[in-house]
Amino acid sequence: MTAPETTATAPGQAPAPQDTVARAAGRPDQPQPFAELGLTEPEYQRIRDLLGRRPTDAELALYSVMWSEHCSYKSSKVHLRQFGEKAPRSDAMLAGIGANAGVVDIGHGYAVTFKIESHNHPSYVEPHQGAATGVGGIVRDILAMGARPVAVMDALRFGPADAPDTRRVLPGVVSGISFYGNCLGLPNIGGELAFDPCYAGNPLVNALCVGVMRHGDLKEAIAEGPGNQVILLGSRTGPDGIGGASVLASATFGEGAAAKRPSVQVGDPFLEKLLIECCLELYREDLITGIQDLGAAGVACATTELAAAGTGGMRVRLDEVPLRDSSLGPPEILMSESQERMMAVVTPANVARFLAVCARWGVQATVIGEVTGTGRLEMTWHGQTVVDIPPGTAADEGPVYQRPLARPDRQDDLIADDPARLARPDGGPALRGTLLRLLAAPGLADSTWVTEQYDRYVRGDTVLAMPEDGGLIRVDEESGLGVALATDGNGRYSLLDPYAGAQLALAEAYRNVAATGARPLAVTNCLNFGSPEDPGVMWQFAEAVRGLADGCLELGVPVTGGNVSFYNQTGQTAIQPTPVIGVLGVHDDVRRRLSIGFGTEGAPVVLLGRTSDELGGSAWAQVVHDHVGGRPPRVDLAAEQALAGLLADAAAAGLLDAAHDLSDGGLAVALAESCLRGGHGARITLPGDPFTFLFSESAARAVVAVRPGAEAEFTRLCAGRGVPAETIGAVGGTSLDVDGCFTVPLDELAGAHQGTLPAIFGPAIVSAASTSPAVTS
Amino acid sequence: MTARVGVITFPGSLDEDEAARAVRRAGGEPVALWHGQRDLRGVDAVILPGGFSYGDYLRCGAIARFSPVMAALATAARAGLPVLGICNGFQILCEAQLLPGALTRNAGLHFVSRDLRLRVESTRTAWTRAYSEGQEITIPLKSGEGAYAADTSTLAALEAGGQVVVRYLANPNGSVRDIAGVSNEAGNVVGLMPHPEYATDGLTGPGTDGLGFFASAVSALTEVAR
Repeated sequence: MTAPETTATAPGQAPAPQDTVARAAGRPDQPQPFAELGLTEPEYQRIRDLLGRRPTDAELALYSVMWSEHCSYKSSKVHLRQFGEKAPRSDAMLAGIGANAGVVDIGHGYAVTFKIESHNHPSYVEPHQGAATGVGGIVRDILAMGARPVAVMDALRFGPADAPDTRRVLPGVVSGISFYGNCLGLPNIGGELAFDPCYAGNPLVNALCVGVMRHGDLKEAIAEGPGNQVILLGSRTGPDGIGGASVLASATFGEGAAAKRPSVQVGDPFLEKLLIECCLELYREDLITGIQDLGAAGVACATTELAAAGTGGMRVRLDEVPLRDSSLGPPEILMSESQERMMAVVTPANVARFLAVCARWGVQATVIGEVTGTGRLEMTWHGQTVVDIPPGTAADEGPVYQRPLARPDRQDDLIADDPARLARPDGGPALRGTLLRLLAAPGLADSTWVTEQYDRYVRGDTVLAMPEDGGLIRVDEESGLGVALATDGNGRYSLLDPYAGAQLALAEAYRNVAATGARPLAVTNCLNFGSPEDPGVMWQFAEAVRGLADGCLELGVPVTGGNVSFYNQTGQTAIQPTPVIGVLGVHDDVRRRLSIGFGTEGAPVVLLGRTSDELGGSAWAQVVHDHVGGRPPRVDLAAEQALAGLLADAAAAGLLDAAHDLSDGGLAVALAESCLRGGHGARITLPGDPFTFLFSESAARAVVAVRPGAEAEFTRLCAGRGVPAETIGAVGGTSLDVDGCFTVPLDELAGAHQGTLPAIFGPAIVSAASTSPAVTS
Repeated sequence: MTARVGVITFPGSLDEDEAARAVRRAGGEPVALWHGQRDLRGVDAVILPGGFSYGDYLRCGAIARFSPVMAALATAARAGLPVLGICNGFQILCEAQLLPGALTRNAGLHFVSRDLRLRVESTRTAWTRAYSEGQEITIPLKSGEGAYAADTSTLAALEAGGQVVVRYLANPNGSVRDIAGVSNEAGNVVGLMPHPEYATDGLTGPGTDGLGFFASAVSALTEVAR
């Protein structure tokens, strides 16, 4: 191995030579590794045209990350515009797309902000840290809006549960979420767990965070007021997540200097907890004029976006950035994705108090520059200018692509492959066996093995958490005001029809929020797709976005923000298109929340909505026949709206004992879950073909238990809302009894439902103390 | 006169707000204490709440025991001040040697968050007077390093002295002899891994079985004050 050239700046040593602006102007023809940094030839040429010279290494690094798909949304932008263009009128919005996350008015002077983001690729490479830093990143997003983060959720998708690699990935992801979220003190209140072979080489780890603030607390990511100071606070900058920058480093400094740099970031939840408390105190003391979190593209992104949104100029001394690795140079500092960092803009008069608050929390804070009126983003390295660009060119004027899209040829074959040809269970014993098989399937089984590793209680305001339909957090103890959240997605539906699939995911999350008794208000999304360079994938993406935008317009719930994750594929094989939709609702009084559990003997069980023979993409087809084909269930958003309104009204009037939305596995799985959750059986008489009523996945349906005595009033309410309602039995006994078909005792249901994940991933429950002898001294 | 119960916040404390709410629900007045302070502001009792005091990347509570506030706390505890350590607070009290034994990684090595049945074994402590001996209560547990461990002679002394305060009915983490909480010999210092503060409001917890811990101290202190 050859020794690296000197790159560190040891005390008393001259700084390593840098590719300065002057040098770039003087050596216009020096070849630059733009392709290795992910830029195309036309993109590189565009940078040269914008600057009127070749970029310096630092500038090239900055543009390469700012113009990446992840930061610039260059392939998705033209489609995402629909969320704005088709946005329904809503008085609830305080801030929308463009800000770090949308802000929604929930009344009583409170506002909430929520967002979901992917951390798919890091979570495959290094599951524990990948998932942990995914939580950290979304929490900082919410913090940067001025809100206190109050809860998280995770939507997880893996390869087959029993595949050897899933046993590496899933436990690592869960331990990472557990490690980071629990240490931050954020209750984890729900999410999803699904399995499909398409995610084997590309799991989906989507993390959602919700935060609460008072109306006046909203913060903005802008750098205004020449002379104001730019302060970097939190973690020191290290060589995390800068795989790409090594290209530059090795080109500049010689081989070996930047070898073995980790491409996955490492999280420090304790520091993030301090950063949260520190920032909230800075907000309370009114010590900032602008703030932004550092996530993807780190300092490059924060400086360009703050500058572009503000007065337009900023001068940054990159050598002032506190480093964990003194060998880092400007390109690496700009690209580093070290976690637990924020950048604030502070008036000179407030700097001393700002630094004192940071010191109280033990958070390192360093003035690294100031706002200027030049319209330029200038960065120096030991006095030499290494970046001098108009910040808007990197932040807002990146490339925008209208990628070619084409409906895949196989789409017709998929739809033609109708599940009607599949053998259906015939007779009671076969139906009984089918129910038990579905309940035990990994994607439908009890997910306690996962959720028990998350703290759901912390902060003391968790009213509902998994396995309920939605999570519910109390915001105001006196009035009972709260927010409900749910995330949903179904890759099978979206594969068969991406337009309908996105709407079905939206409808399910909307319904889940309503099933807690809340009124849905706003939508966030995490759009997980394959390569945008594949016209078939791009068609799926365009259809899903169009479906979601149309659906939100019809339901009257605006999209407040979201995230696009492309390139989710293994080799040339893309994942199923998987739009994951998060819906937030407001609950006027959380004391009137609805649980899925059947809790009262004798309560009538009522099926709401219309059931048709709809099994395309269903859990039954997948689990029993390994089949995905046909058409997904029909979307009826007017019916969804009527059902949601009914559930909220009925909850507010105290008419219901329990409510559970029907989705994966249909009525059969929902009934079993409600029985197990509440510890009571049910006696059910189906109003038609048993197989269809038990396993069809028709949308816009729920099953409820009516409070005894409230039957007449509830029936009137259903009629008034135009929601079909049919009493199908009553809560009672110690088994699920479907008249004329089968009886399953609750403990047999529990055994089928609860055994699957511990059998695959190892028992989370340890045996009695006898296995752990006393420590002998 | 209302009992003033101090709740110490370490940098990484998480459950201090709920501990304070539980004190209020029990009729006491919570008083915020900061880990960097050197005095206890004249409080009548102290709670060390759950959380990750200093990140706890080392042994849980190993750094927190050196916090400035801990010297004053140790002195007061040895003089009889009622002190309750919950979860991380229990770990800190063990590290500070105000309670015997230690907390180690859960058997199974996973964080466990679960509502649990406990049996109250001792009602002679400052924090369990409100219960009856043998009473079974439901309280959430949420911890990754909650397996109680002690050497055999310490265990024998704990059992003989009635210092085992609560036991798990179904052991969730490999704690020796199903021990969920212990006290010092005098009974004024109690530590337990489960979180009684999250069982003081039926809406957000499994019930109100945990209220007795706070009511025990608050009512005794209020009586003394009369």
